[in-house]
Amino acid sequence: MRRALPWIGVALLAAAPLTGMGNYPLHLMIMCLLWAFVYTSWALMGRLGMTSLGHGAFLAVGAYGVVMAWNLFGLSPWLSLPVLLLFAALTAFLIGYPCFRLKIVGHYFALVTLALGEIARMVIVALRDQTGGSLGATPNTALADASWSLTALQFSSKLVWFYLILGFWLFGLWVWTRVDRSMARLALEAISQEEDAAASIGINVTRLKLGVTVISALMTCLGGALYAQYQLYVNPETVSGIGVSLQMVFGAIAGGMFVRLGPTVGAVFTLLLAEVLRLALGHDIHGLDTTLYGLMLVLFIIFMPKGILGAATEGWNSQRAKPAIAAA
Amino acid sequence: MDIFDIFLLEAIVNGVLLGGILALLALGLNLIFGVIDVVWICYAELIMIGMYTAFYLHVDYGWPLWLAFPGCVAVVSALGVVLHHFVIRPVLTAEPINQLLVTGGVLFFLQGAATLAFGVEFRNIGVKLPTFELGGMFLSLARLTAFLIALASMIGVYLFLKRTYLGTAIRAIAQDRTIMPLMGVNPSRIFLITSALGGALAGVAACLLVLQYDIHPAIGLSFGPIAFLVCVLGGLGNMIGGFLAAFIFAQFISVGGYFFHLEWGYVLAFLFFIAFMFWRPQGLLGGKS
Repeated sequence: MRRALPWIGVALLAAAPLTGMGNYPLHLMIMCLLWAFVYTSWALMGRLGMTSLGHGAFLAVGAYGVVMAWNLFGLSPWLSLPVLLLFAALTAFLIGYPCFRLKIVGHYFALVTLALGEIARMVIVALRDQTGGSLGATPNTALADASWSLTALQFSSKLVWFYLILGFWLFGLWVWTRVDRSMARLALEAISQEEDAAASIGINVTRLKLGVTVISALMTCLGGALYAQYQLYVNPETVSGIGVSLQMVFGAIAGGMFVRLGPTVGAVFTLLLAEVLRLALGHDIHGLDTTLYGLMLVLFIIFMPKGILGAATEGWNSQRAKPAIAAA
Repeated sequence: MDIFDIFLLEAIVNGVLLGGILALLALGLNLIFGVIDVVWICYAELIMIGMYTAFYLHVDYGWPLWLAFPGCVAVVSALGVVLHHFVIRPVLTAEPINQLLVTGGVLFFLQGAATLAFGVEFRNIGVKLPTFELGGMFLSLARLTAFLIALASMIGVYLFLKRTYLGTAIRAIAQDRTIMPLMGVNPSRIFLITSALGGALAGVAACLLVLQYDIHPAIGLSFGPIAFLVCVLGGLGNMIGGFLAAFIFAQFISVGGYFFHLEWGYVLAFLFFIAFMFWRPQGLLGGKS
């Protein structure tokens, strides 16, 4: 039964759009899954003590990359995406390798990666003749006389996007599980606790950290490309720089970055919070969602550093553990 | 020789003036980090609040600048104390990265609250200091004033730390947090005083920036990241290093912006920062950790 539970959950999720829900709930579900995928990618390395504040850079490479390749060179995302992924992996390697070799950790790692995210934002703004600068960019439409185009990876149907992104989200969870099951995770946890001790028992610290970082960067870049193709609009503030990088960090923390579904819970929680506030208070009151969001993050980190799902699982486990102790 | 024209010289001088402001930003952050061992990611947002305070005191309440500016410094200083007492103190024993992230939450909170309270419109305090000519270069008086006041504040802080009993206590706590309570120094009191001082420095920066830039709730994001990078470049917690790093960074921005576009100046500065970190991860003057 316990083994079947996740599959039932996925089946229910996959069946949800068939109930004929409107476009708006469907859009919300797509956004939740998309950000869940991105947050999961971040948490993949974040939970191991590598707090990157620069994942916006990888998101930007994917998002701006596909749009610019299509608009400027007429290159299909099918062709540009592999190149962009390679570029993201290379960037992750170039940043990661010296950082891990020189044991740049904690604050320093966070601030070095923060510079990376800001570089991405500055480059986008500086190339305003090509990228449209702060105004953002829209990929040239391929949907003028068709409802979908496989070459341009543009679909007018939200249903297609739902299943596509559902697939990627599941893929993200699968990667998480794979990393967990491999010996690498135990080694990485040892590293995040005490790097020198881990190295002393024969763990190749640099190689393992680098591996996880590259995987995380690849997935984030992929997430950026999906975001651009689905939204058909990219903006330097929403896909690069410190803002979105912190958004990823906090989404993962709010949900709980040490459990597999934590980042997903974080994505659903933060998106629904923003939507509920917007619906309840209307568009006129700017900034209330950010204010409450910030306040909750502070409270979360002080009182519930393991996040919503992390605290819930912990509570559940201690509940189940108690009778066992009493019986013994 | 034609590369060394008067405009390049102007860019260099402007870079030096910008360096003064950056050094002031870095000083506050370094003080907090050096003593409390926490990075205030929301430091630039404190400055944003300070800029709004100066704006409202001067424009809405009609306070003259010489009164509005000390008011602004006092408000941000108090904000620093509140931040420390309610946000930092509960996580002092938590993992270092949580301390960094908790102030990131404050960043969103302050940004949202400012949008809520003041709206998204750009505001200007309406005090324009003139530009003046010096040997064919046109320099802004606001920048020069900012540079001089930033320099004066730094010397003030330096003297305070070196010459007063309280300053000595602060430096002692920065050196050894565990042993100093035995010597009769109350760390929580020192932390509060340091937070107030760090806040006051943010307030001074706010007064200087409000003369040069329009105010809007997201303005912190435009100079916050630079301030952190300056600190790291100089060696986190090292005040002299931060001072030097500020001028290096400012030259990259100013001269890079002169040869290309302003944004490319920033890109160059950030790339230099990353490259430098790989060469000397402990920063310019940081000791081996």
